[in-house]
Amino acid sequence: MNRITYEYPKDGKYGRYGGKFAPETLMPALEELEKAYLRFKDDPEFKKKLKYYLEKFAGRPTPLYYAANLTGKLGGPKIYLKREDLAHGGAHKINNTIGQALLAKKMGKTRIIAETGAGQHGVATAMACAALGLKAEIYMGAEDMKRQRLNVFRMRLLGAEVHPVESGSKTLKDAINEALRDWVTNVQTTYYLIGSVVGPHPYPMIVRDFQSVIGFEAKEQILAQESRLPDAVVACIGGGSNAIGIFYPFLEDKDVELYGIEAAGEGLHTGRHAASLCAGSEGVFHGMLSYVLQDENGQILTTHSISAGLDYPGVGPEHSFLKSIGRVKYDAVTDEEALEAFLQLSKVEGIIPALEPCHALAYAKKLAEKMGRDEILLVNLSGRGDKDVEVVANRLGVKI
Amino acid sequence: MSNISSTFNRLRKNSEGALIAYVTGGDPSPKYTPKIVKALVEGGVDIVEIGIPFSDPIADGPVIQASDVRALSAGTTPTMVLNIVRELKKTIETPIVLLTYYNIIFRKGVGRFLEEASKSSVDGIIVADLPVEEASEYKEYAEEKGIDTIFLAAPSTSSERLEKIVNMDSGFLYLISVFGVTGMRDHVAQLTIQTLKRIRQYTVNRIPLAVGFGISKPDHVRTIISYGAEGAIVGSAFVKIIEENQNDLPILLDRLTKYAREMKEATKLIS
Repeated sequence: MNRITYEYPKDGKYGRYGGKFAPETLMPALEELEKAYLRFKDDPEFKKKLKYYLEKFAGRPTPLYYAANLTGKLGGPKIYLKREDLAHGGAHKINNTIGQALLAKKMGKTRIIAETGAGQHGVATAMACAALGLKAEIYMGAEDMKRQRLNVFRMRLLGAEVHPVESGSKTLKDAINEALRDWVTNVQTTYYLIGSVVGPHPYPMIVRDFQSVIGFEAKEQILAQESRLPDAVVACIGGGSNAIGIFYPFLEDKDVELYGIEAAGEGLHTGRHAASLCAGSEGVFHGMLSYVLQDENGQILTTHSISAGLDYPGVGPEHSFLKSIGRVKYDAVTDEEALEAFLQLSKVEGIIPALEPCHALAYAKKLAEKMGRDEILLVNLSGRGDKDVEVVANRLGVKI
Repeated sequence: MSNISSTFNRLRKNSEGALIAYVTGGDPSPKYTPKIVKALVEGGVDIVEIGIPFSDPIADGPVIQASDVRALSAGTTPTMVLNIVRELKKTIETPIVLLTYYNIIFRKGVGRFLEEASKSSVDGIIVADLPVEEASEYKEYAEEKGIDTIFLAAPSTSSERLEKIVNMDSGFLYLISVFGVTGMRDHVAQLTIQTLKRIRQYTVNRIPLAVGFGISKPDHVRTIISYGAEGAIVGSAFVKIIEENQNDLPILLDRLTKYAREMKEATKLIS
């Protein structure tokens, strides 16, 4: 592999991916956001505040857990879990919402809008906003609101307003459309707190930077516990924020293999999946040039996954770039495989994982078969599964 | 000189503004679109914008979103819209401008899309989510094919950006009159008039300035023309007529023509 420096984005681009494909009304706001971010990200006072909230409010650092039982069961490499499920709110999403909410405050914005799919980003936004005294309004697809009633109630408990989105497929992509329409209308007073490494520049960069705390911690922890780097790192990918978060600090360690796992839903051949990188093509969607699921005319397709958090027809542009240079290997696992991993981790390790990282766990199982006992495999356990028990029970035909 | 530029020149000589009408191609069905366009032209519309429907129109309000859904449900494709334009241009001289989102162009391939647009005698293109920063390849092909590239300016656009936009723009400049998405509004906002005055300083004697978003009454047209706009862009109001009368073609066409005539009358104000 050629020597690559990861000093991008350059002009908002990751190779040929990314960019700013936004309506003119938003262009000045994106410029303002980039300027503010570049100014504050290295500001000692900002960094101190961010560190304070990440530690005292979000509970960081999260542990790196040696999954001895799973390791024994699979009989391959030593498996470590980065326990983002133990972060406040039950997922990695809080890393980004705290960072962006602090930035919004610095920019003098008082109203925060966000989109949410499964509700995890909505909950994390509502938490950060409540803690920092900001008003949060969350757009959520009406279909997702039905699937994730508990998270809707949690957001409301946290003081956020939840707007149902009735357009299109009534899921995450439509919630983003509606949040963008709100932002176009209220751009002077409102900060759009996007939840993944997607959207027009500078969002993919900002979200990646805030999420890279996962990888920096994991790297330090594995060095402390094993005195060496892992041989492979696996993470699930919807928009791709937890994956970029854990991959980013390992990108230049070329002996560490990186695997990004998408949702194959009912199988890639069925068309009912959410695997943009594995089964999509290049397109321009939600402000970025990246891989998207679209028909031959450029219309964006609806997606399917057992996990609402991966149910998105696009993916962060940095992933498209990492695919193009071969630095990260992208693959996909089905609903069925993810479900098996869900049941296995719960029983074997006493940890109920969210359905999203179950995709990473399912792939880790396959990978473990090809790895030796002296190797180390790191899995990003991006969230806990309490929110998913109803979905899983239904799927198993169990009444609760 | 492009067909769009000469249209503005002719209108200027007559002390008239341009009435620019938007409809979504294929709404409610592709076979209606040629008739709808002809009804608009009969009502005096000076430039027709035809939208190529997109699944995720983030700059559009509920009325145009619904028209995209109708058009896509009726099976409308970008190629169909291009074919409709090609047929129309055999019988009408009125400039036709395509309006769409960038993925529609990108998916076909920028070069191929512009090639086909040129074969269909498309006069200009507006792309709702393509700012000047991302437009160099598109601009190059469009220039080669002699198709006008109509960019947008907004109340938030700074003078620095405006200079870049005006330099890359041709045909006319599309001024988004408010913060928001497309849709009908009751009044012309104070912000619209302020923005119009500010932006006009950069466009006067360089490129015609047309104002859109929220323009739906003759009064709105008179107001913006009196403040120096050279064109009024009316979209959601026409699309609403289509939505309400989609099941009765003769009434639909008649209402479009009547409404266009009323709006066109309001452009003849320049003294």
